[in-house]
Amino acid sequence: MAYAPLRIEHMTVAYQQKPVLRNVSLEVPEGKLIGIVGPNGAGKSTLIKATLGLVPPLSGKVEIYGKPYDKQRHLVGYVPQRESVDWDFPTDALDVVMMGRYGKLGWFRRPGAEDKKAALQCLAQVGMAEYANRQISQLSGGQQQRVFLARALAQDASLYFMDEPFAGVDAATEKAIIGLLNELKTQGKTVLGVHHDLSTVRDYFDWVLLLNVEVIAAGPTSQVFTAENLQRTYGGRLAMLERDSTSVLIANRR
Amino acid sequence: MSGWWNALADPNTQWIMLGSMLLGLCSGVIGSFAYLRKQSLMGDVLSHAALPGVCIAFMLTGTKSLWQFLIGAAIAGILATFGIGWITRHSRIKQDAALAIVLTVFFGAGIALLTQIQHNGNGNQSGLDKFLFGQAAAMVPTDVRAVAVVTIVLVGLCALLFKEFKLVSFDPGFARGLGYPVVFLEQLLMFLAVVTVVAGIQAVGVVLMASLLITPAVSARYWSDKLNVMVALAGTFGAVSGLIGTMISAGGNHLPTGPLSVLSATALFLVSVLFAPRRGMLSVALARLAARNRIKRETAATWVERKEEAV
Amino acid sequence: MSSFWIMLTGALVAGACSLVGCFLVLRKLAMIGDAISHSVLPGIVIAFLIGGSRDSLAMLLGASVVGLVTVFFIQWFQQKGVSSDASIGVVFTALFSVGVVLISLYTRQIDLDLDCVLYGEIAYVPWDTLHLAGMNVGPKAVWGVGFAFLLNAAVIAAFYKQFKLCSFDPGMAAAVGVPVTLFHYVLMGLVSVTTVASFESVGAILVVGMLVIPPATAYLLTDRLSRMILYSLLIGGVCSVLGYVFAYATDASIAGCMTSVAGALFALAFLFSPKHGVVWRRWKRRRMALSQTADA
Repeated sequence: MAYAPLRIEHMTVAYQQKPVLRNVSLEVPEGKLIGIVGPNGAGKSTLIKATLGLVPPLSGKVEIYGKPYDKQRHLVGYVPQRESVDWDFPTDALDVVMMGRYGKLGWFRRPGAEDKKAALQCLAQVGMAEYANRQISQLSGGQQQRVFLARALAQDASLYFMDEPFAGVDAATEKAIIGLLNELKTQGKTVLGVHHDLSTVRDYFDWVLLLNVEVIAAGPTSQVFTAENLQRTYGGRLAMLERDSTSVLIANRR
Repeated sequence: MSGWWNALADPNTQWIMLGSMLLGLCSGVIGSFAYLRKQSLMGDVLSHAALPGVCIAFMLTGTKSLWQFLIGAAIAGILATFGIGWITRHSRIKQDAALAIVLTVFFGAGIALLTQIQHNGNGNQSGLDKFLFGQAAAMVPTDVRAVAVVTIVLVGLCALLFKEFKLVSFDPGFARGLGYPVVFLEQLLMFLAVVTVVAGIQAVGVVLMASLLITPAVSARYWSDKLNVMVALAGTFGAVSGLIGTMISAGGNHLPTGPLSVLSATALFLVSVLFAPRRGMLSVALARLAARNRIKRETAATWVERKEEAV
Repeated sequence: MSSFWIMLTGALVAGACSLVGCFLVLRKLAMIGDAISHSVLPGIVIAFLIGGSRDSLAMLLGASVVGLVTVFFIQWFQQKGVSSDASIGVVFTALFSVGVVLISLYTRQIDLDLDCVLYGEIAYVPWDTLHLAGMNVGPKAVWGVGFAFLLNAAVIAAFYKQFKLCSFDPGMAAAVGVPVTLFHYVLMGLVSVTTVASFESVGAILVVGMLVIPPATAYLLTDRLSRMILYSLLIGGVCSVLGYVFAYATDASIAGCMTSVAGALFALAFLFSPKHGVVWRRWKRRRMALSQTADA
């Protein structure tokens, strides 16, 4: 029996008094692009962080392809938010991408020629091959995001978690990223991405998870991404315009 | 002048020089990682935190044994790093305040203990004072050998675990995702800083040890954008500072080696800030000037083109 | 009676330090207090060389100026791309070394006990009295520290809104027209004056303790700035009194005991603060976990 790439059972996470995620359960199908959508403070980033063990949950179980995360790290790739890092660190783009290979190298071993080749390939996949030796502080926001993406590709995983991959990037980079994600999909990989732009959800993701502390709805975009579900997710704070049969959505953020 | 040469030829001076250079090397290497993790002032904290450890070692054993002082200082330093980590991880107190709190609480406790020892008249604790303010002139070959061992182990570990230290310094979240024991690696880096501080405290003193952990690393950052080059340069700058400090001090005048090493390191720093290629102030100013001139020329060229078209 | 003067001096030091220390902690400048307390050494030495003795107003001014110079250099290096903590480290160690070198060069002219400068001796305070117009008006240290306390209180009270805004959101403050850099230097100037005024009693290094620990403790107890300053003042006072009691009982350095008491109070707040204490949070998390499993 094939295991689901990700299975979460009854996960609750709280930072101070109020829970950020309450009783979240879901099972994710393989080979799909899944968007995690919800208002601010809905727990979208927290869901990823708790799954990867970066934030301790109060309760809940996580299974990656049927086994706990500790045993399956090599199957998982992670693209964190860009602010999590000091971009003035003395390193170049290629070096950052090679960090994605450290999981395979284990302790003490240095990255070798093979790792360098793999890293260059990943940089080429995101269109950053000629920036390989560029100091990362000299890269634009979109380029930094692509380097992060290349690093996740270098992890050569089956399941990818991306925290706001489209945040603050220009249109060209956004197109490049979605092209890359679709290519991953054709390779049979699964991608979970936090996304904030409601108007592009239908175009980018074939599966969607509507989250607001609890799971409001999860399933194929065409079925689940409805006006009613959205209103429930955003607590009625959503103004929507309908034109013809396609709705143009405007999220009213508080 | 000949007096100065004689001083340098003196094997004593040479031992001191070697010891100071090795300390500088160690400090530069470990200081690079501290700098990148925004923990530059850790050296200052660890140097001050050593005091209660030394006092307690004295109170427990009643003797002024150097090894016991060092062990006491090391234990106090390790406790201090745990304290800092604990405070930052489990409360809203930020790192700078955590450093300051640990520094002053430990040092204050140390002063309380020190004065208690003084008032109990348990003999001459001027040994304790000198221990903390440093007296490189008292460095003997066995001390230097100990420092050499520390240097070899520390540099070796940093080379072996280079990619792990780099990753943990750059992106600890990602490192944790990959499965690295991030807390252990961070504590290890801090432990190496403790060892360096303890090794150097009696030679250059408290405040000055802190400086060697900071200044060479900062200077090195100006010269390179590659971490391995930066670390190597920092070690070199540290060693050179120790060398120059000893040389000036050997010229007589009873000037202590420690502060002179610090001032040498600071001089190197100022040179780096001003003259380093690409990041130094001079280079930046020249680049800006060149860019301005190029834009002026390009604007003038297009203006001429337009005029010619109009004609 | 002398106990009273000692405790009063301690309380005034703690009070003066708390007032500026709260802003240092909030602006992540805690270690600048440490830096200034070390870097004023050359200022004191130079003032001593010029003035000839330790008891001059000129020394207070000279050392305070060096404090401002320190901050200026730290800012300057930060603008040139050095990280903030490294800037602090480079500047204060260099200046401190200059001070030590000066002392070594001019040992004959300088009657400066390095130990005393660094850790002070508050026990001598009651006997070092000030004589104005032939009258004994009390210990000099009390006057000095009292002056620092009143100065800090006056400046902070007058510009409370500005300090609060600059600490919280300097970008917005600048946009609104508040001279952020000016207030930064004003704050640093106050820190310098407080440090130098407190030298005699608690010594340079322990001033840092009073600058940081009571405010940090207060920070763990409340979410409002005004309350934080108030708690900090109270905690500082308690440290002073209790510290003196312990020092008397164990015949140890008074300043050292005051700092140790401050550390103990901080530890208590760290563990048991109703809002942010570790013990409380763990207990609350366990309760929440239990209630979750009950719901599910």
